[in-house]
Amino acid sequence: MNFSEIKYLLQKDFTQELRQKHTIGGLFIYIISTVFVCFLSFRQIVDIPTWNALFWIILLFAAIQATGKSFQQDTKSRLFYLFGLTSPQSYILSKMILNGIIIFILAIINYAFYSLLIGNPVENQSMFLIGLIFGSFGLAINFTMVSGIASKTSNQTLTAILGFPIILPLLMSVIRFSKNAIDGIDWSVNYKYLVVIICLKVMVVALSYVLFPYLWRE
Amino acid sequence: MKNYWWKILGIVMVLYAIIRGLLMDVPALPILNETIRNLYYHVTMWFGMMILLTISVIFSIKYLSSNNQKHDTVAIESANTGMLLGLLGLFTGMIWANFTWGAPWVNDPKLNGSAITLLIYFAYFILRSSLDEEQKKAKISAVYNIFAYVMLIVFLMILPRMTDSLHPGNGGNPAFSTYDLDEKMRWVFYPAIIGWTLIGVWMMQVRIRIKNIEYDN
Repeated sequence: MNFSEIKYLLQKDFTQELRQKHTIGGLFIYIISTVFVCFLSFRQIVDIPTWNALFWIILLFAAIQATGKSFQQDTKSRLFYLFGLTSPQSYILSKMILNGIIIFILAIINYAFYSLLIGNPVENQSMFLIGLIFGSFGLAINFTMVSGIASKTSNQTLTAILGFPIILPLLMSVIRFSKNAIDGIDWSVNYKYLVVIICLKVMVVALSYVLFPYLWRE
Repeated sequence: MKNYWWKILGIVMVLYAIIRGLLMDVPALPILNETIRNLYYHVTMWFGMMILLTISVIFSIKYLSSNNQKHDTVAIESANTGMLLGLLGLFTGMIWANFTWGAPWVNDPKLNGSAITLLIYFAYFILRSSLDEEQKKAKISAVYNIFAYVMLIVFLMILPRMTDSLHPGNGGNPAFSTYDLDEKMRWVFYPAIIGWTLIGVWMMQVRIRIKNIEYDN
């Protein structure tokens, strides 16, 4: 594994995404229409825990949609070509980075429309944004590995079944972190959730780094 | 006798734990009262589950390095038996909670963690059943099993210790090994762990044998 490999794989994935604008555009429409459905059913949310939980649940389902197809884009012949060119570690890391960026863009769109339609009670904007960055990369890392496993089967719902229990500790910490950001609680109290989030992510990345080579050629 | 002494030992230990555990005097503590006897069943079953799931993850790692089908059979069957002990432990815990906390299920990190752990392992079984080819099934589920085990450690060992929990042993609540477990209780507690684990290993062995016969045919 080396960084230039990851860079080229990312370039390849980005060109691929830009050539197939319907997939990424579909995700944007998905998240906007979900927010709109929530707007029509809730109108205005005053209760902060509900606001926060609904926001992350929308992002969770969008993330499942975004990562679910990430391994099906490489066709069989293209995968055979990649087997000879790159190491599995750089392949999975580049997928994680790509999905992280996509989910972060989705999170920003989600945040914009959500605050436009349902209201924005966030007091500490910069802290909430940091929560968004770490949260969306956390979702991406977990679901990329899980969809790597699920893509080897023909069962389409498997990403959700395998992924939801695994994502829960991270999601709970992210929700607590961003709830504190909404309430405007000081960094000295809130930093420990960030530490938990980072530890969980390092753990999953390390596990995928070790285990993905076994999955790759199956 | 050479090969099956441990099965007899397992039966004797479990019978001993049931009879002695129900008949022996226990320290009379407030709130807990007689429900402290659940220590012999709920806690020991989960110990047995942890031991069996550890065997499962060890054999999954072994499978990844050896590609030996027998290792995969051990991994799945020990996970199966571990889940059986886990479910029994969950039910005994719910009976205990009903008397001590007033409800079979409360919103508590340790309890939610254990429920999610069970979900992760059920997902492991679903993953296995949705793959057809034997080698592919073994390899992919071995990878997921290692994932599941790490999550089990996070959910049951790390997260409940970071937040407040009602469960004994977390959040400043006393558990066994502190003052509420006197010397006499240890004499039932440890044999019960060995007993449940041995019975679990026995069940696992029978299932492995059936699987191996099916596989050879």
